[in-house]
Amino acid sequence: MQMTTTTKYQQPNVQGYYGKFGGAFIPEMLHRNVEELRSKYLDIIYDPAFQKEFRDLLHDYAGRPTPLYHAQRLSKQYGTTIYLKREDLCHTGAHKVNNTIGQILLAERLGKKRIIAETGAGQHGVATATVCALKGVECIVYMGEKDIERQAPNVARMKMLGATVIPATSGSKTLKDATNEAIRDWINNPVDTHYIIGSVVGPHPYPDMVARFQSVISEEIRWQLKEKTGSELPTHVIACVGGGSNAAGAFYHFLEEPAVQLVAVEASGHGIHSGLSAATTQLGKPGVLHGSKSIVMQTEDGQVVEPHSISAGLDYPGIGPLHAHLFDSQRGAFLSATDEEALQAAFNLAKQEGIIPALESSHALAALEFLNPVNAKKGEAPIPDKAKFTKDSVVVLCLSGRGDKDMATYMKAMNINK
Amino acid sequence: MNRINELFKRKKDGILNVYCTAGYPQLESTVPVMKALQDSGVDMIELGMPYSDPLADGPVIQASSTKALANGMTIATLFEQLRGFRQQVYVPVILMGYMNPVMQYGFERFCQHAADAPIDGLILPDLPEYEFETEYGPIMQRYGLNFIFLVTPETSEERIRKLDSLSTGFLYAVSSSSTTGKDKDMNAVNNFLQRLQKMNLKNPVLVGFGIKDKPTFQQACQAANGAIIGTAFIKALEDATDVEGATKKFITDIKS
Repeated sequence: MQMTTTTKYQQPNVQGYYGKFGGAFIPEMLHRNVEELRSKYLDIIYDPAFQKEFRDLLHDYAGRPTPLYHAQRLSKQYGTTIYLKREDLCHTGAHKVNNTIGQILLAERLGKKRIIAETGAGQHGVATATVCALKGVECIVYMGEKDIERQAPNVARMKMLGATVIPATSGSKTLKDATNEAIRDWINNPVDTHYIIGSVVGPHPYPDMVARFQSVISEEIRWQLKEKTGSELPTHVIACVGGGSNAAGAFYHFLEEPAVQLVAVEASGHGIHSGLSAATTQLGKPGVLHGSKSIVMQTEDGQVVEPHSISAGLDYPGIGPLHAHLFDSQRGAFLSATDEEALQAAFNLAKQEGIIPALESSHALAALEFLNPVNAKKGEAPIPDKAKFTKDSVVVLCLSGRGDKDMATYMKAMNINK
Repeated sequence: MNRINELFKRKKDGILNVYCTAGYPQLESTVPVMKALQDSGVDMIELGMPYSDPLADGPVIQASSTKALANGMTIATLFEQLRGFRQQVYVPVILMGYMNPVMQYGFERFCQHAADAPIDGLILPDLPEYEFETEYGPIMQRYGLNFIFLVTPETSEERIRKLDSLSTGFLYAVSSSSTTGKDKDMNAVNNFLQRLQKMNLKNPVLVGFGIKDKPTFQQACQAANGAIIGTAFIKALEDATDVEGATKKFITDIKS
């Protein structure tokens, strides 16, 4: 986790703000827990013994460094040079484990005996249950009642790993409600419990802490790219964004490099304005959700609305405050891909490269259709010119997860498209 | 003078503050419930503005919010309902809600309309002290609205003093570090309240969370200036066909 010299985007200010977004909008009942974390997290994370254990586990347990793979057929298809950052090869099948390893070590040093987490599709829940098993710590995962029905294999994985899965039955019974329930649990257990948030959301210091744990992704990209091309800097980094943890990790060490275009891809479901979408920056307004000020999908009256995406990991009505700032300041280009476009991109990658991607990552892959110099499709929203690449570009795309968990959806698509 | 400050000047202990959710159980229940509470002898009313994601509330109050939202309650509708309500309700009224809906309404516009109602104070549990001091506090002050902070047994003494200095009206002691509606160990509650008593705070203290009936109310009143009842009252309204009758019965049982 090297530091770059300037931190215009990388780090929030002392109050946890990235530009206009961030902060810690929490009830007093959470103050002690959040303050404990805020006052200690940097000292703990940058302690050499912590770093050694964290690095060793990333290497020996999670399987890092993940490859930076030059996808030649995909490159040819899109008329440029494309590298895939293979987070799909991490233990548990996605980048989520980078963060849960970091946080379990942190929880251990804070003396916490009990871990809680929220999960949507179950990927973060599985990654949390995994590290809790590794450390022999009690693990409780909150999951929306609807998601439990939709994601049976991941529920079974968590249980096999020894976690207790508690259904969130309030509100819309999905990820945002699971997050509410996890926060309530934390309020009710203020002393012995650590809450492992799965994305760069929540009150300060969570967005910064999770981004630092995930920043290993871009740290590796820099040296791997140097080995392969002679330059540490790509021209473009592309990642999907729900809450935004894989994007935060893939962007992190390029945030202060203006030559690198950062492209975030949101899920627009059935279409941005279809009423079934999760394209937060397109549809949302500034607001407060789950403890931070960010961009939030909501009604005129300020009630948070239920988003839709074929990908449960992008099905979130908010976005991390770092990304809200990248959007607001135009440092990042925000695109969106529909359910259908993501599915096509998944099948394309499977056939072109022999890699079955997660539906989340497929949204990032779908963006290649809009940005390529050969045969670009028009997007639903205007696409900033700087995001488009040429034949001379070097594009790194974060393949955040693998598609095993999405096989039911892919099987359904194959029957329909036969 | 603000009705809250007036109340505490007149009455030092045994203050009963009751929470109800605007637009619950029916959309038009807001003012009739407040009137019934007042007529039954409640000293102060905390009126909840429903929100889709109420982090600091327990399941019972969240369910009442969900119902109120389904009934069509919005902040704009609430201010319409409150037009002229002071002809019937003269006890202090505090609006309790979450930052997001208030920000969407427009914070200053919200304060202006609350002051016009007139409402006496605000509780926004997810408004942090830093944002209160730098941005929102001065706006509330301009419109003469009290702002009440929460303190918990986990709040440090230094921080309690800070929040006491920022609070106007009273300080809301959360009886255990918990979302509303859970049973509490009353001994732990009392230890915390006695600790607060010894601190000689600027503000009166009302204790909330975990007060559900006459014995718990009386016990809370021994170590604080009064108490706030929320979940138990919402439960009492859940299946009530005669909302005003159920309100009167609930309060009479506590005050008798």
